[in-house]
Amino acid sequence: MERNPQLNAKGELQHLLSIEGLPREILVQILDTAESFVGVTEREVKKVPILRGKSVFNLFFEPSTRTRTTFEIAAKRLSADVINLNIAVSSQTKGESLLDTVANLSAMQADIFVVRHASSGAPFLIARNVKPHEHVVNAGDGRHAHPTQGLLDLYTIRHYKKEFTSLRVAVVGDVLHSRVARSLIHGLTTLGVPEVRVIGPQTLVPVGVESMGVRVFHDMREGLRDTDVVVMLRLQNERMKGALLPSAQEYFKHYGLTLEKLALARPDAIVMHPGPMNRGVEIDSSVADGPHSVILPQVTFGIAVRMAVMSIVAGN
Amino acid sequence: MRIQIKNGRIVDPASGRDGVGDLYIADGKIAAEGTADRVIDARGMVVAPGFIDISARLREPGFEYKATLDSEMNAAVAGGVTSIACPPDTDPVLDEPGLVDMLRRRAKALARARVYPIGALTVKLEGERLTEMAELAEAGCVAFSQANAALVDTQVLWRALQYAATFRFPVWLRAEEAALAKGGVAHDGEVATRLGLPGIPSFAEIIAVNTILELVRATGARVHFCRLSTAGAVELLRAAKREGLPVTSDVGIHHLHLCDRDLGYFDPNCRLEPPLRSQRDRDALSRGLEEGAIDCICSDHTPVDDDGKHLPFAEAEPGATGLELLLPLTLKWGEARKLPLAKTLARITSDAARILGVTQGRLAPGAPADIAIFDPSATLRVAPENLKSQGKNTPFLGYELAGRVRYTLVAGGVIYEA
Repeated sequence: MERNPQLNAKGELQHLLSIEGLPREILVQILDTAESFVGVTEREVKKVPILRGKSVFNLFFEPSTRTRTTFEIAAKRLSADVINLNIAVSSQTKGESLLDTVANLSAMQADIFVVRHASSGAPFLIARNVKPHEHVVNAGDGRHAHPTQGLLDLYTIRHYKKEFTSLRVAVVGDVLHSRVARSLIHGLTTLGVPEVRVIGPQTLVPVGVESMGVRVFHDMREGLRDTDVVVMLRLQNERMKGALLPSAQEYFKHYGLTLEKLALARPDAIVMHPGPMNRGVEIDSSVADGPHSVILPQVTFGIAVRMAVMSIVAGN
Repeated sequence: MRIQIKNGRIVDPASGRDGVGDLYIADGKIAAEGTADRVIDARGMVVAPGFIDISARLREPGFEYKATLDSEMNAAVAGGVTSIACPPDTDPVLDEPGLVDMLRRRAKALARARVYPIGALTVKLEGERLTEMAELAEAGCVAFSQANAALVDTQVLWRALQYAATFRFPVWLRAEEAALAKGGVAHDGEVATRLGLPGIPSFAEIIAVNTILELVRATGARVHFCRLSTAGAVELLRAAKREGLPVTSDVGIHHLHLCDRDLGYFDPNCRLEPPLRSQRDRDALSRGLEEGAIDCICSDHTPVDDDGKHLPFAEAEPGATGLELLLPLTLKWGEARKLPLAKTLARITSDAARILGVTQGRLAPGAPADIAIFDPSATLRVAPENLKSQGKNTPFLGYELAGRVRYTLVAGGVIYEA
């Protein structure tokens, strides 16, 4: 099998494509670097010159506002030039192939491509076809991975819980379609979390997910018991009716996070959500806005984590 | 031209013969003895019946940008393949006698491997109306199939099998329950879960095999199951044969050697139909082939151009090139299972001939002189520049495989030598 395509010959991070397969040291390096950037984001002048003169291309083949914006802010705080391309509505509809689009942008002297694509593995294809000095950062590919989201989740957990090796973490909801869940699970197991749980109805839990090192629960109450961290996943509208789930109401009743269910977790448990939230579908407002919620700090940390990732890959 | 092939290790799976000796050819047929205008010294080489590949896409008509009859026939004879059955999924689909006739003429004019078209079972492979099977058979179709196209309506499948059974036409089917396979691009298991690829569950194949077997019981149709991919299907075929049903099956070379783990980091060359399944399935296919639940091996040769493969995994066009790898990968299987060479080669000669209903695939006197002479220890490095096929898409890129063809003869004529 080919070498892990996101590492260079020295084993350093060349691209960030997936958390899977990254050594613990690199994850810790990213989290530590992010920590140093949190200070920057709180200063009055929120800029460092690390990527001055570099160009970051935000290549979004799938619509996104939140992730694209946080990448843009992160790149600007590193003093990079940022170019946003919303390809979902331009060249793809003109029939240009993915690799042609990338080759064209590469000719415009890109340094970092931040890529979101609806097809799992697309950033790997791009990474295999860019020039040696160019770096690819996966901003979400299909159901496969969303590594910067996973990293910001890890950052948040470390921020509140200090260490990973005694935690019980539950990931709740639509794991089947969730790239966020996959990235987070790989990160948690790599950093030594002893118990990662996945909670959801059988229709939303992918086959063989246990091989990723998780325990599967179909009963949310049982799964939440004594957890330190509860990560709620977004349930997309189109999943709520049809063959996967009968209705949003029934889903909320069994898998929505309420104060009553949260009471089964540890008293100091934190609640996370990658956003955007569906209040009343996967999470009750009283929880989302309550004292256990760290959903907004996640967003703040996300900028520092993306700064860390871009500064590390561009420096390697 | 009369030819003597001398000093070769003659392996004839049909008779079980395996020993050093001489072979004579006269009038396009194999003879026990005779005189020669040309002598081929086959010392150190194996002399076997030419290989029969019961599934190879030649891409004509309609997909000439992917491959042409000319390029793929070169690939075939370089691989020692002397008879090819080609599926009907061309453009237009092989659903009219005129198209079949044209394909056969074009193939004949090239004078390389023999080509046996498989006719479409339904018009345009749409799964709705039956084709004129009798007309197509007259034009030269040896069986009828849906290729990889779904046949959603079980009523149509039942009628198609009834109709084919009326004329004793064999029907070749890839068993896959369309509703369960819909949208899937990889085996529904741990690997697809990790990679976030939509899966096709094993039971999509198993349920379809069960359905078809029930229809075979009802209609008496002769059904050949194409490209088995699951352990469950192998078990069903084993039982069906024990029951005496008129069914046979094959496996593709890729599924015999690879599994879903080989997808690695989304290798689009591993995007195949059916998908590469688990290690356990692969092992069951390998064993089933040895024990006879599966009858033969095919390359399922599907040349795809670079544009079709330089795409994210799910969007990449399925298929792999294989004609030139049929022998080496068959040998690799036989070696792994420690089989005598005759038994190994049977799976791409006499057994394949039986499925196809042709008289080739054996070296008995009087048989058509379709012969492959190969060096079993010489290796082929699988690389684009070493493949004659226009399709360079194979998961085996970079492999060193033993077994290189030195001479290929069809109807007594040497059509390839290297």
